[in-house]
Amino acid sequence: MLDSKVIVNHILVPKHEIMSKKESKAFLESNGLKKDQLPRILREDPVVKAIKAKKGDIIKITRNSPTAGKAVYYRMVY
Amino acid sequence: MKVMITTNATLFKKYRDKLPESIVEELEEKTKGMNAKDIKRIAEQVLAEYIANQIQPGEAVGTIAAQSIGEPGTQMTMRTFHYAGVAELAVPQGLPRLIEIVDLRRKPSMPIMEIHLEPELRADKERVIEFAEKIEDVSLTEFATIEENFEDKEINVILKEDVLVEHGIKLEDAVRKLEKEVRRKAKKVEGNTIIFKPGFATLSSLRRFTERILETRLCGIKDIKKAVVLQEPDGSGWFIKTDGTNLKDILKLDGIDASRVISNDIREIYETLGVEAARNAIIKEAKEVLDTQGLKVNPRHVMLVADVMCYKGEPEPIGRQGISGSKSSVLARAAFEETVKHLHTASIRGHEDKLKGVTENIIVGQPVPVGTGRVKLGMKG
Repeated sequence: MLDSKVIVNHILVPKHEIMSKKESKAFLESNGLKKDQLPRILREDPVVKAIKAKKGDIIKITRNSPTAGKAVYYRMVY
Repeated sequence: MKVMITTNATLFKKYRDKLPESIVEELEEKTKGMNAKDIKRIAEQVLAEYIANQIQPGEAVGTIAAQSIGEPGTQMTMRTFHYAGVAELAVPQGLPRLIEIVDLRRKPSMPIMEIHLEPELRADKERVIEFAEKIEDVSLTEFATIEENFEDKEINVILKEDVLVEHGIKLEDAVRKLEKEVRRKAKKVEGNTIIFKPGFATLSSLRRFTERILETRLCGIKDIKKAVVLQEPDGSGWFIKTDGTNLKDILKLDGIDASRVISNDIREIYETLGVEAARNAIIKEAKEVLDTQGLKVNPRHVMLVADVMCYKGEPEPIGRQGISGSKSSVLARAAFEETVKHLHTASIRGHEDKLKGVTENIIVGQPVPVGTGRVKLGMKG
């Protein structure tokens, strides 16, 4: 198993954060979404394991985008 | 002065939810020292411009992306096959490589890794070369000649000492490694000759044993066929480029700058670094192909393709096995490939088509749910 630091710090891996219950709820409500409408990320995903996210968590991903500078994306741990 | 900064922060707070972070940052940077009224006017205008430039809901972005990549791609096809005869490294470029990326082949036809080392290591060319030699996957065939003695049912492995020295392997280590690999003790070690007597009765099992010995890897990392040392583009030293990839094992090594080690095998990247890394790799590789071909495709189209390939949590190829083949509509699948198969199974199993997509609505002759067709009207009261 690779060291989780190596995975998280790799240039290809954007910043992944687990959203708290409160944050997730506010995010879903303000966008009128249900959890299972979000794009997914698998439980076996190396980054999910590295940040120790659990099934059903919403992960906030801050990408470096060539068009928007920084872009935020959300995925649900599936 | 301090007061003004705090008022600016509250000024921008309103826009933080409505504008992307990078735009707000730029606004803050560029409006430094202006008064609150002007800032507000500028920010309002920026916001209006931002909203006006957003894509309209219902716009057929996928079709636009397909056209935007497809049109210059046609040009690329003609040029790629024109270049076919040029004697150069056989890296698939142009269209073949692009197909490889969107099809997510298990192994690219030319797997390449770029390995960057720690700052103090990378400045010293000698040590970088040494590192490159250490990771090259060398099998026993290069180190030894093997003689089969069928009469006594013995195998003699004669190690070439000069090659061993070149790769910095001690004789005892080589013997130990070989014994471990074939799970048998050597009968005798005479000088640089190792004699195995596996005690097989038949010649064919003896031959199989010989093949096992030949496959033994004495040093290096699996699948790294060749490693060459090249100069870093920023001039800070040297880095290693390899033929063959093994991201997982390379990332475990000491002395590398792990954050910058890159492979061109997207599946491998997904397995070791996750979907988001795979998405970035798809964008990077596809963009590289288009750039080297001199085609100007707006990156947002490539990003859309990558997003579609990765939204399920696991990268999925585009085509029969992937996106197009897993559409929920029977008619849309039938319109793509394997028409009879899809219609057949759907009619046997009684599948339903909800007519929500574009293709199936064209087939039945209804307005397509795109643009204004997307809007539904409801009766009030």
